[in-house]
Amino acid sequence: MDAKFDYLLRQGDNALILSQQLCQLVGKGPALEEDMALSNVALDLLGQTRMWLSYAGELENKGRDEDRLAFLRDAGDYRNCILVEQPNGSYADTLMRQFLFDSWHYFLMDGLTRSSDERIRDIAAKSLKEVTYHLRRSGDLVVRLGDGSDISHTKMQTALDDLWMYSGEAFIYDDIDHAMVEQGVAPAAGSLRTQFLDHVAEVLQEATLSMPSPDAWMQRGGKQGRHSERLGFILAEMQFLQRAYPGATW
Amino acid sequence: MTTAQAVGVDQVWSWLGEVPDPEIPVISVVDLGIVRDVRFVDEQCVVTITPTYSGCPAMQVIADDVRDALQEHGVEARIETRLSPAWTTDWMSAAGKAALSGYGIAPPVQQAIDISGLHAGIRRRAAPAVSCPHCGSPHTQLTSEFGSTPCKALYKCLECREPFDYFKCH
Repeated sequence: MDAKFDYLLRQGDNALILSQQLCQLVGKGPALEEDMALSNVALDLLGQTRMWLSYAGELENKGRDEDRLAFLRDAGDYRNCILVEQPNGSYADTLMRQFLFDSWHYFLMDGLTRSSDERIRDIAAKSLKEVTYHLRRSGDLVVRLGDGSDISHTKMQTALDDLWMYSGEAFIYDDIDHAMVEQGVAPAAGSLRTQFLDHVAEVLQEATLSMPSPDAWMQRGGKQGRHSERLGFILAEMQFLQRAYPGATW
Repeated sequence: MTTAQAVGVDQVWSWLGEVPDPEIPVISVVDLGIVRDVRFVDEQCVVTITPTYSGCPAMQVIADDVRDALQEHGVEARIETRLSPAWTTDWMSAAGKAALSGYGIAPPVQQAIDISGLHAGIRRRAAPAVSCPHCGSPHTQLTSEFGSTPCKALYKCLECREPFDYFKCH
């Protein structure tokens, strides 16, 4: 039970933190179409967060609902990968972070539609439709900007090189992940990583970008609650209202 | 107060057919395909709805509207949400699609996207031929993959030059 609770937090926290970061760009997108796309993706991710954290809270059965889990946990109790807490940076950074996340997210959701847990299957099937759209869009833009002007190409390559070390954490399985695989809840790391790398390689090639080595050293720790300093700042903004006015409601 | 027995399931469906979607008032929640089930459990009417997009902010409003509409007819309803099978635009009725078009929103033109694969051909989407809801021309162009709500994309007509919303296949 504990392992599954943690696994659900990981799913919910990834979606929540990335959604929060994308929300910071609302009204600031480089073009109106991008602004709408970012806010719509953020909205989808927030909806998915609610499904994951609601289930986590019910499973834990200690009276913590989705809101309490989102607003009243400190950084050390967050279980998201370090990738999603990387700064928005330039638009190349935002987009490359999204593409790497979407690529992993798509294959994970696809795998979870075959989970032994019915509720997880339902949430994954619902999410997969949205994530498919996210990935098609971010992949398409990576190709257009990677294979665009010299400046856009350079910016995309730099963003890729900077973010690559955060792209492997999801595939480094710990005891919780292994327990989930054993129970048939989650897909194995190996197949997931192969699908991810194949897809990323295909898109990057079309984008004329050089893919860094899949065997490069990868950052880790977020899934176990060891985060970059940045997560504290993200949470400080996101949780401000509930910290300042505990229990406030609409 | 009407008793539950006096009101049939068909009658409830027909009342729900008059509850408009809060974002797109020309289409009912039934035509949109989000009402999945109506049944009576003992004395209580239970209406099952499914979300369009997981983050759709209209869901709470829809649940409230359904409850209010039935209450007006003297029926106390409980609203349940069901995720599976996931909502698809394939469930939208023909009447609903016609109403969308008349309202200036191009209805979904294909079966929902194939989520079983993501190969280059799918990713570099062969954009579907979406007809302009204003002049009917098939010469249109995608301008933005996201529009005013999660369920829509933005297009423009190359004939009459008008921009329009397209209800995405999902």
